[in-house]
Amino acid sequence: MGAIVQYIQSYLASDKTPGAAGNMFWAFVYIMLVFVGLSVAVIAMNWLERKILAHMQVRLGPMRVGPHGLLQPIADALKLLLKEDIMPSEADALIFWIAPFVVVLAAFTVFVVVPFGPTHAITDMNIGILFMLGVSSLSVLGIVLAGWASNSHYPLIGALRSSAQMVSYEVAMGLAVVSAVLMTSLNATGTGTLSMIGIVQAQQAQGVWFIFKFFPLGLIAFFIFAVAMVAETNRAPFDLAEAESELTAGFHTEYSGFRWSLFFLAEYSAMIAVSSIAVTLWLGGWLRPFPNLLSGATWDQAFSFFPGLSFLFLAAMCFYNTVRMPKHPLFRIQTIGLAGFGVVLALIGLVLFIPAVRVRVQDIFWFSAKVAGFMYLYIWYRGTFPRYRFDQLMQMGWKVLLPMGLGVLILTATVGLWPLIQNSLWHP
Amino acid sequence: MDTMLHITTLHYLVLGAALFLLGVIGVLTRRNVVIVLMSIELILNAVNLNLVAFSQLWGGLHGQVFAIFVITDAAAEAAVGLGILIAFFRNKETVNIDEVNLLKW
Amino acid sequence: MLIGGILVITRRNPVHSAVALIVTLLAQASIYLMLYAPFVAGVQIILYAGGIMVLFLFVIMLVSIDRSIRERQFNSQWVVGIIAATALGGLFIAVYSKGKDIFPDRAFSVAEGDNTQKVATMLYGQYMFAFEIASLLLLVAIIGAVVMAKKRI
Repeated sequence: MGAIVQYIQSYLASDKTPGAAGNMFWAFVYIMLVFVGLSVAVIAMNWLERKILAHMQVRLGPMRVGPHGLLQPIADALKLLLKEDIMPSEADALIFWIAPFVVVLAAFTVFVVVPFGPTHAITDMNIGILFMLGVSSLSVLGIVLAGWASNSHYPLIGALRSSAQMVSYEVAMGLAVVSAVLMTSLNATGTGTLSMIGIVQAQQAQGVWFIFKFFPLGLIAFFIFAVAMVAETNRAPFDLAEAESELTAGFHTEYSGFRWSLFFLAEYSAMIAVSSIAVTLWLGGWLRPFPNLLSGATWDQAFSFFPGLSFLFLAAMCFYNTVRMPKHPLFRIQTIGLAGFGVVLALIGLVLFIPAVRVRVQDIFWFSAKVAGFMYLYIWYRGTFPRYRFDQLMQMGWKVLLPMGLGVLILTATVGLWPLIQNSLWHP
Repeated sequence: MDTMLHITTLHYLVLGAALFLLGVIGVLTRRNVVIVLMSIELILNAVNLNLVAFSQLWGGLHGQVFAIFVITDAAAEAAVGLGILIAFFRNKETVNIDEVNLLKW
Repeated sequence: MLIGGILVITRRNPVHSAVALIVTLLAQASIYLMLYAPFVAGVQIILYAGGIMVLFLFVIMLVSIDRSIRERQFNSQWVVGIIAATALGGLFIAVYSKGKDIFPDRAFSVAEGDNTQKVATMLYGQYMFAFEIASLLLLVAIIGAVVMAKKRI
């Protein structure tokens, strides 16, 4: 027992990610943690999306399954697993089988380089951001294969439209990413970095999140990426390819049960993945808000109470709703369930107040909080914006976002290297 | 682990040669034009593998830079080749190479 | 990777060939990682597997393959092709078995920390001209592909 504790402590004291340190066991533990965390996040997203959309549309959303519909995702998962597995008769069996797995693989492999903290990534590749962009472009392949293998018109058209859209907005995404990576090179040695942890550390060293750097250039680059990432994941308002009223669910029409749930899982994972790219590149990754404006040890301590406080706030909301539940005997189980959930949240919040835990959980909490903010934005867009027509979509991708991305890139390079240009202009 | 085979550069070169051979067989013997184009991509990949293997052997990064250029050129050539294929298919309604015989006497 | 290559050239269905080629390209990327070339591996995944193969799959779908699946698979000169490939293989074996002693016995290991920076320095320094020419080539390829595939120019 003492040996195990010592092993854990010796690991926690290291300053490299498990991949860099060549530590297979801890890398595997991290992979399992990320996998579990991602599954929990997707389940929570399912519930959150339905509830938040419902409240935006002045209705209540799922209320019956658990207290306030909290067990609804579990019911959905059970239903999907138990559904009959239909395969179209003329479909290409091999490709029909592997297409969902390709998409899920592409969506999950991205998380190998996502940095939850300075040493809390599975590995820190030298080409971190390039790897993320490349692997998320592999999901286009899975979508095309899925549309083709279904051997019917609607999925094929949906797949072609969806993949054309994703490929077009990948270009705009790439340009926005390049202008953010450019900002990492504005340090003393003049070399930037593509590694995700390096990008956040550059933001830390330069004392400003890249979204606020060279105002408004960072903001415009962030805006381009935010629009392109919504289009990349086929979410509203760019979800023509899978909109129910247009194409009867597009490329995953013929998939039922477990295979459809794989597509669903891949879509939400891709959303979380591109949100974490945006958070890392522009919003300062795991850094707490106001790193240089409110710097100092006391402010650090004040901000470190946030994780515990947020969980206690959620627990307080649970208790408030418990009190407001109808007093009918049929609702007794739901009331007890909600109160129990509130107690669990409160316990987690209290655990997060312990100083030892509080210091360690900071980075992961701020990163997850920012990504959760992006998830809320995604749901907000879905509830608010009307859908783009396909030609309007492609027009915006190529004629609006691409020139904007190029312009931002050139301006960022000029403004960022202005001292060098000045030197070479006036002292030839 | 001393009984394990060290993977020397020769192994990478042999792998590259094998891929090249497969690509050449594909180009010379297949009937479907699309598969011929895919075999050409195999050939280009084999060349890239050789370049990067030598770059690792001699330490300088020239091989890797050249490999990046080869990948870029392969993309351009695939795009143009597939454009030609589409134009050809629109005229002849088939992707059979044996039917490209308008110049045969 | 070899299995993927063999599958590419032997499948009857072009979509299966394309999937085998994707597998081959991804295996190639991991071999680049083994050769301490992470930037080339990343470029390979983005361009080849995520770009060119999408292009191939689009074209396969546009070109109807129902007729071609039922036709014969190998073309009419396959005998000559096999002979030529055998000759090439013999040449490879001869060259490699003669020259296999010039390679050192152990594999060099190169520090990987700043591979991207070094490649970038070389790309924008020594090979700047080739870089610009490559971008011009891509422009020509874009225009050429659009012109070739248009219905009326």
